[in-house]
Amino acid sequence: MEIQVEGLCKSYRGKPVLANLTAVFPEGITCVTAPSGTGKTTLLRLLLGLERPDAGTVQGAERLWAAVFQEDRLLEGLSAAENLRFALGELPKEAAGLLEQLRLDLSDPRPLRSWSGGMKRRLALARALLAQSEALALDEPFTGLDGENRTRCLKLIRAAGVGKPVILATHDLSGLEDSPVIRLSGGKTGT
Amino acid sequence: MALAAAVPHGGLLLASPVQAALRLLELLPSTAFWQAVGNSSLRIFGGFLLSCVLATLLAALAAGRPWLQDLLAPPVTVVKATPVASFIILALVWLDARSLSLFISALMVFPPVYLNVLEGLRRTDKKLLELARVYRIPRRRRIWGIYLPQVLPYFRSASSLALGLCWKAGVAAEVIGLPAGTIGERLYTAKVYLQTPDLFAWTAVILFLAAAFERLFLSAVNALAGKVGR
Repeated sequence: MEIQVEGLCKSYRGKPVLANLTAVFPEGITCVTAPSGTGKTTLLRLLLGLERPDAGTVQGAERLWAAVFQEDRLLEGLSAAENLRFALGELPKEAAGLLEQLRLDLSDPRPLRSWSGGMKRRLALARALLAQSEALALDEPFTGLDGENRTRCLKLIRAAGVGKPVILATHDLSGLEDSPVIRLSGGKTGT
Repeated sequence: MALAAAVPHGGLLLASPVQAALRLLELLPSTAFWQAVGNSSLRIFGGFLLSCVLATLLAALAAGRPWLQDLLAPPVTVVKATPVASFIILALVWLDARSLSLFISALMVFPPVYLNVLEGLRRTDKKLLELARVYRIPRRRRIWGIYLPQVLPYFRSASSLALGLCWKAGVAAEVIGLPAGTIGERLYTAKVYLQTPDLFAWTAVILFLAAAFERLFLSAVNALAGKVGR
C-alpha cells in the first residue's frame, strides 16, 4: 500500500521547487518538513494529482485520497454536519464520536463563519479522517491549534495511519520523532 | 404634475393623481382589466423566466469553454447596444403580435443574466473545486455546495436589473405590436383618445406589477440562497 515518487521535479517560473525527489511513503506517518515556500505543499499537490510534475513519476496518485489542505476549505455558510455531508455524502456513524474527541459538537447548528480558526482546522481534519480513503495528505494540520488540541489531533492521525500511508507536511516535528522524515529545502532533498 | 393638473382643461392633457386613482378604481372590477394584466404578465414574466433558464445554461456551458464565450460575445454586445424599438420592429416581421412581448422581454433579460452568471462562475473558488476533486464529490453536490452559493449573488443582482428592463421593453413591444387584451394595447388606446387618466392608471399598474414580480422572484432567490448557506 506504499506510495512511491521517483525523480520528481517541479519548478514555478523557472525556479525549482522540487528537484529529482525520490522517496517512499510506507504505511503510517511520514513527515515532510521544510522552511516555508520550499516544496511541502507542492509535493502534496503532486501526490494528490492536483498538479503534474515537470519530470518523474508518482505511483499512488490514483488512490482514494483524503486531505487537509493548507487552508481549511470549508463551506463557511454551512454548519459542521452540513460540511461533512457535503464532502462525504452520508455522515459516518463514528462522526459524532470523532468530533467529540476533537472537542467539537456535530449538532452545533451555527454556520462555520462564526467558529474560531482552531475549531475550523479541527473540523477540516475530522473531514479527512472520516472520509473513506487509502491514503492521507495533511498539509500543516496543526496550524492554529494549542498544545492540548495538537496532541489530541496527533493521536487520531496516528490511529488513522494504521494500514495506510499518511503524508504529514509540517514545520513542527514535536511528538513525531518516531516517524520517518523527508526534509526539503528549495529544490534539494534529504532524508 | 400637480401644478399642471391644476390648469383648467378637465384633465384632458394631464390628469391629476386623483383622476388617475379614480380611473384605476373604475378599472379594477372589470374583467378586461384582469385579462390585460394576466396576458401581459404571462408573456413578459414568461419571457423573463425562459431567458433566465437559457442564459444560465449557456453561461454554465461557456464557463469552461473560451471558444463558446467568444462565439456568444458579439450577439450579446449587439443585444445590449441596439435600441429596443429596432428589435421590436424587426421581430414584428417574423413573429405575431402575441409572441412579441415574450420574445422582446426574453431578449432584454438575456445579456445581464448571462454575463453576470458567467462572471459568478469565473469567480468560483478554485480551492473548493480542488477539494471536490480530491474527495470525489459528485457533480450534483458540487453544484449545490460550490457553484450555487458563488453564482446566486450575481444572479440576484442581474435578475433585479433584468426584471425592470423586461417590463419596460415588454410593454413597449405591446404598444407597437398591439396584441389584443394586453396592457400595451390599453396604453395605446389611452394615447389615441387622449385619455391621460387611463395612461397614468395603467402606468401605475405596470409599476406595481414590476415591483411585485421583482419582490416575489427575489424572495424565491433569497430563500434558495438561505438553503445553500449564502
